[in-house]
Amino acid sequence: MTEPTPLAPPRRAALAPAAPTHLSADVVARARQLIGLYPEPRSALIPLCHLAQEQDGWLTPEAMVDIAGLVGVTPSEVLGTASFYDMLHTEPVGRYVVAVCTNIACLLGGAGELLEHAEDSLGIGAGGTTPDGTVTLEEAECLADCDRAPCVQVNHRYVGAQSPESFDRLIDELRSGARDADIPPHGTLIRVHRANGLAVDPDVVVEERRAAAEAKAAREAAAAPATGGGA
Amino acid sequence: MAITDPPKIVTSRIGYDDSHTLERYLATGGYEGLRKALAMTPEAVAAEVDAASLLGRGGAGFPAGRKWSMLRKAPVTYLVVNGDESEPATFKDHLLVERDPHQLVEGVVIAAFALQVSQVFIFLRGEFALGLERVQAALNDAYAHGAVGRDIFGSGFSVDVVVHPGAGAYICGEETALLESLEGKRGFPRIKPPFFPAAIGLYGDPTVVNNVETMSNLPWIVRNGGAAFAALGGGRSTGTRLFALAGHVHNPGVYELEMVTTTFDDLINAPVLGGGIPHGRGLKAFIPGGVSAPWFGPDQLDLPLGQDEVAEAGSMLGSGSVVVMDDHTCAVRAAWRITKFFSRESCGQCTPCREGSGWLERIMDRIERGEGREADLDLLLDACDNIAPGLTWPPQQTTICVLGSSIPSSISSAITMFRDEFLVHIKEGGCPYD
Ligand SMILES: Cc1cc2nc3c(=O)[nH]c(=O)nc-3n(C[C@H](O)[C@H](O)[C@H](O)COP(=O)(O)O)c2cc1C
Ligand code: SF4
Ligand code: FES
Repeated sequence: MTEPTPLAPPRRAALAPAAPTHLSADVVARARQLIGLYPEPRSALIPLCHLAQEQDGWLTPEAMVDIAGLVGVTPSEVLGTASFYDMLHTEPVGRYVVAVCTNIACLLGGAGELLEHAEDSLGIGAGGTTPDGTVTLEEAECLADCDRAPCVQVNHRYVGAQSPESFDRLIDELRSGARDADIPPHGTLIRVHRANGLAVDPDVVVEERRAAAEAKAAREAAAAPATGGGA
Repeated sequence: MAITDPPKIVTSRIGYDDSHTLERYLATGGYEGLRKALAMTPEAVAAEVDAASLLGRGGAGFPAGRKWSMLRKAPVTYLVVNGDESEPATFKDHLLVERDPHQLVEGVVIAAFALQVSQVFIFLRGEFALGLERVQAALNDAYAHGAVGRDIFGSGFSVDVVVHPGAGAYICGEETALLESLEGKRGFPRIKPPFFPAAIGLYGDPTVVNNVETMSNLPWIVRNGGAAFAALGGGRSTGTRLFALAGHVHNPGVYELEMVTTTFDDLINAPVLGGGIPHGRGLKAFIPGGVSAPWFGPDQLDLPLGQDEVAEAGSMLGSGSVVVMDDHTCAVRAAWRITKFFSRESCGQCTPCREGSGWLERIMDRIERGEGREADLDLLLDACDNIAPGLTWPPQQTTICVLGSSIPSSISSAITMFRDEFLVHIKEGGCPYD
């Protein structure tokens, strides 16, 4: 029997994390805050991808290199993770990603017809982007707004059930900038940021938990029936 | 008593325009449950939840109290809230996170106290942009109010709560996939055993995962006592529950109803609830608990909305979503769309799920387009049988997670209930409803 070949040591151990070069100083500062919220830096990978999309509108290769350095993985691990998720776009998308849900409740509410209309009216198929780079059309799975079927989201903001006519008006409004106040450009997901830093110091918490465990043990000892010494 | 009479446990505030603000929350009893809990021992809080016999609202219906106590042997390190809500036609957590985020926060802190956990992650699906903002805003206000963070309300108990955005993948609702995603990886469900993240969870540490609605019930339970909750409903299905009603009804929406005392007929047809089927049409079928659930026909309308009652009838209450299909609905098209969903969302780790869903989708598609063969019906059932052998309910599992075993439900329901409709598609070379 041959000995199993030992696995090569992880390559990333040898990689010195490079300083971010693509993400802006402001984004990097926010990224570092996010990383600080998690016990392990890698947990911030997806939130950081959202941040990068906020800066660039999509997840660029340069941003993925920066994210890799920030959370301590390789760029291909960032790509390998990001490519699993529908909301992370590793190809450019339009300023507005318009998602039409065609899942069961919306299908029953006419989503198939709405999507066909959207394709005709925009002149692109689902997954495509208009030549002017304004609108990317997506056929979405359930968006959890099924009582307003067929459900449409623009940049992940609900815009309510749409008919073919109202859909065209919506696109006109997007193009004219009339919806700029309630619908930010694609990539901006969360505009409310955490107001407080790390409110809990992990070391202090460990100490508190130990104290709580002792208190619990004391409570249990007190609650145990006093059987007079012999067990 | 009218069906809409029972106490509103989780939807009491949604009538207010400002239901998401701290001001409204405090004016309507907000954070009183937490204050009461902090004056109790953690064990006493857990005991109330146990007494309430609150079943998890994420789909599997596991008793929350038991989940917590099972774990209390080893200290729990993390509490993770599942707000991925991506099961088609399920939209109740959407309502809770947007319209009553403080109730969720309060529930989460109560659970953290009962479990003596100092770190909570609230995982919300990324498509909930407004929900993410509302929950973060609520947390910011709750921190400032002293209800989250250091030394909560002077009790000495501290907990940090982090909102974590998902990035669009249905499978991340499966709790072990959710944890992988939270670790910054692809959302691949973990191999079982261990069956519960309680044993090995986030970063390998003991972790409790509970649904948004499960958490949102806790403030009421602590304020009113577990017994008051258990007095509602019947059997194992206690309290009220949110039902997301969609499809062909006059009034689709989320309804909070007492379990068991209300029936599907009430939900779908009562004028104060679903209001019946529009355009004077009849009921063809309904899906009682998310697209993973086998379908029911009109003769099952009288079933009560109870977990065990629906399970005994051969389906499940699942995620609390009810989809109504009128008699102008094409059963083939409906089942095809559900299959397409599973095919798109399969994470690809298991062959029966990855390949099976793709083949089923293609066969269903060709039948719907009128290019099917009569032998396709047996082929469909055979492929389904390879995914969930025996096509029993609950299904046999050949895959890492139950997404795989959920795939056959819609197809086998459609074939069992509407075999003739498949044959018409095949014989007439097209969809009779087009
Ligand atoms: C494919 C799949 C998708 C799921 N999606 C969700 C979901 O979106 N939200 C949820 O709370 N639970 C979901 N679950 C159930 C979770 O795995 C888990 O049972 C639940 O979050 C536990 O919380 P509860 O006990 O409070 O219900 C899903 C399960 C599977 C297999
Ligand atoms: S059953 Fe499907 S979704 Fe679940 S782990 Fe296997 S391939 Fe992935
Ligand atoms: S089915 Fe379309 S939003 Fe749920």
